[in-house]
Amino acid sequence: MLWVDKYRPRSLDKVIVHQDVAQNLKKLVSEQDCPHLLFYGPSGAGKKTLIMALLRQMFGASVEKVKVENKNWKVDAGSRTLDLELTTLSSTHHVELNPSDAGFQDRYIVQEIIKEMAKNRPIDTKGKKGFKVLVLNEVDKLSREAQHSLRRTMEKYSASCRLILCCNSSSKVTEAVRSRCLNVRINAPKEEEIVDVLEFIGRKEGLQLPSGFAARIAEKSNRSLRRAILSFETCRVQQYPFTNNQLIPAMDWEVYVLEIASDIMKEQSPKRLFQVRGKVYELLSNCIPPEIILKRLLFELLKKLDSELKHEVCHWAAYYEHRMRLGQKAIFHIEAFVAKFMSIYKGFLISTFG
Amino acid sequence: MAPLLQSSQPWVEKYRPRQVKDVAHQDEVVRVLTNTLETANCPHMLFYGPPGTGKTTTALAIAHELYGPELYKSRVLELNASDDRGINVVRTKIKNFAAVAVGTQRHGNYPCPPYKIIILDEADSMTEDAQNALRRTMETYSKVTRFFFICNYISRIIEPLASRCAKFRFKPLTDEIMNDRIAYICSAEGLDLDPEALSTLSSISQGDLRRAITYLQGAARLFGSSILSTDLVTVSGVIPEEVVQALYSTCKSGNFELAEKEVSNVIAEGYPVSQIISQLFDLIVGLDDVSDEQKARIFKKMGEADKCLIDGADEYLQLLDVASNAMRALCNMPLEFPSEF
Ligand SMILES: Nc1ncnc2c1ncn2[C@@H]1O[C@H](COP(=O)(O)OP(=O)(O)OP(=O)(O)O)[C@@H](O)[C@H]1O
Ligand SMILES: Nc1ncnc2c1ncn2[C@@H]1O[C@H](COP(=O)(O)OP(=O)(O)O)[C@@H](O)[C@H]1O
Ligand SMILES: [Mg+2]
Ligand SMILES: [Mg+2]
Repeated sequence: MLWVDKYRPRSLDKVIVHQDVAQNLKKLVSEQDCPHLLFYGPSGAGKKTLIMALLRQMFGASVEKVKVENKNWKVDAGSRTLDLELTTLSSTHHVELNPSDAGFQDRYIVQEIIKEMAKNRPIDTKGKKGFKVLVLNEVDKLSREAQHSLRRTMEKYSASCRLILCCNSSSKVTEAVRSRCLNVRINAPKEEEIVDVLEFIGRKEGLQLPSGFAARIAEKSNRSLRRAILSFETCRVQQYPFTNNQLIPAMDWEVYVLEIASDIMKEQSPKRLFQVRGKVYELLSNCIPPEIILKRLLFELLKKLDSELKHEVCHWAAYYEHRMRLGQKAIFHIEAFVAKFMSIYKGFLISTFG
Repeated sequence: MAPLLQSSQPWVEKYRPRQVKDVAHQDEVVRVLTNTLETANCPHMLFYGPPGTGKTTTALAIAHELYGPELYKSRVLELNASDDRGINVVRTKIKNFAAVAVGTQRHGNYPCPPYKIIILDEADSMTEDAQNALRRTMETYSKVTRFFFICNYISRIIEPLASRCAKFRFKPLTDEIMNDRIAYICSAEGLDLDPEALSTLSSISQGDLRRAITYLQGAARLFGSSILSTDLVTVSGVIPEEVVQALYSTCKSGNFELAEKEVSNVIAEGYPVSQIISQLFDLIVGLDDVSDEQKARIFKKMGEADKCLIDGADEYLQLLDVASNAMRALCNMPLEFPSEF
């Protein structure tokens, strides 16, 4: 098992970061009438961990006995029948799913499947826990229609079903859905907190950490706990005992983006644009999300620029990323950004150096 | 063990008014509907307004009061966005429901008027085609049905439908009304809220009573029965003023790297960017040392960014753009970029 999973705290009392949130959550579910919850925060901040620990707090260890199912549904959509396929993770008390996986048909998932699940009240002979929990991941990726479809379901069946929604940016969750939940913000852990977690894992694994080593990993982690733990484990595999000048491995795709940025800075020409396109395409075909590529590219380019150009470049990055959202083919918009950058930069070079 | 159904509902549902007269602050609707209860006359209705102002509550309450529990099922059809409401559904489901004649039997003391009610909640999510299909249905069955449309944005309802209805705007609740309702819940739940906490609660929930009730319940669970103003702020996730102030200062400093760092920090802290932008707006609007022209430039960009965010644009990039634009306006740097190649 990877360390990220092995050392994922299982109960609210055992978390290392977000202890305050964990204690609050514990109090929140002390009665049976807890409102719906919306967890939001950057990826790798610990949302999922808290949600699982919360479920355990509510229902006991049985929520950890999950089965993964790939289910097929036939949905009657007026004139035609749709075949929907979705993976669910469920225990006797909860079901976890990722409705946005259904793409533009996500509305049907909410209308048919989630509503059905919400309606059916679990029959518990002991009559104790009279409701179940639906965990919906990535709700910020749901279409507006799908989000609207959630609204009444959240009210109508609130006695039999509690929703826990999870997302990165709560700006993308509609006002009406946010108004129906208690919003719980999970911030990315500070570097010191990441160091605490790494040192904890180091102790458990019986490792010697040179001073400052954990801090170096934390610094490179972009405040993502998952990322930090993963690269800690990679370091362990690459070289142990650790040394202070040991290289903290970067992600392959980031190294690649850095390379693209250098290519762009070295030459601004149609030919170079074409080469860059090929490289971006390769990243995309490796499933790196386009907005992540664009943001990283901006990050690398900004580092190399004079202040006066930075404003303009970040403006265009925002502009083309927005267009990318509205469009279909991400590559066009990343390429347009690169072309724009080349033209600005070349203009700058000519006006400065002639 | 207390009866499950009651106790296990969140407070928002527990304290949903069951009668029209208990709906707070929406006097016109309440007057018209109280009249309906007496005369059994009722036009088609269109309720619109922001979330948590009582639209669904009112529609459900009047339906229950008109027919009572026994007839409710056969006389009221509730369709909301969680139901498929494409053209086909409108054509078949609504027609089938509307076409069955109503009897004149009365049940108990309920008025039981001789028509059926079709509640189309969250109607702004219906397609235009589906709405058009409704026009005919409405006319054909106008003698035996009343339609209640409910939506947040009236502009999403096609004109021919809207013009057939009596329209009611549900206003965000005022502070006093909100306070009354909250005070009522507090006494029912045995909570103690001082005046300061009460006013904080109404200001952070911005006229949305549902939100206020949820915050209240959250705070009650976390901090016990005696609730302070700060407890409510914690629960609500309002962005602390310092965060907004820090972002503004970096813009003012004219140092791009500082602003970039602060923007990254805001994102890592998980603050919703639309919220940050709106709080930054509030801050800058009130500043005397920023000229009107500078303000106009900054706000124009904020508006654009807000639109982009609604389209699903990346939060980091939009906030960075807003910050960079604000910096240029505040430090009198050149503003516009040539927009095409
Ligand atoms: N005017 C009001 N008087 C009393 N309670 C209210 C009022 N408005 C809202 N509430 C409370 O808020 C909850 C939500 O109200 P309701 O479902 O009617 O909102 P809505 O206007 O339909 O919102 P949305 O547009 O999000 O559907 C109710 O359960 C009730 O507790
Ligand atoms: N509170 C915590 N204390 C210690 N380690 C944590 C905590 N939260 C998360 N982690 C570690 O970080 C990893 C990523 O967290 P996760 O909950 O999956 O993030 P998210 O859902 O926000 O993307 C987990 O696998 C776990 O090892
Ligand atoms: Mg996750
Ligand atoms: Mg409603």
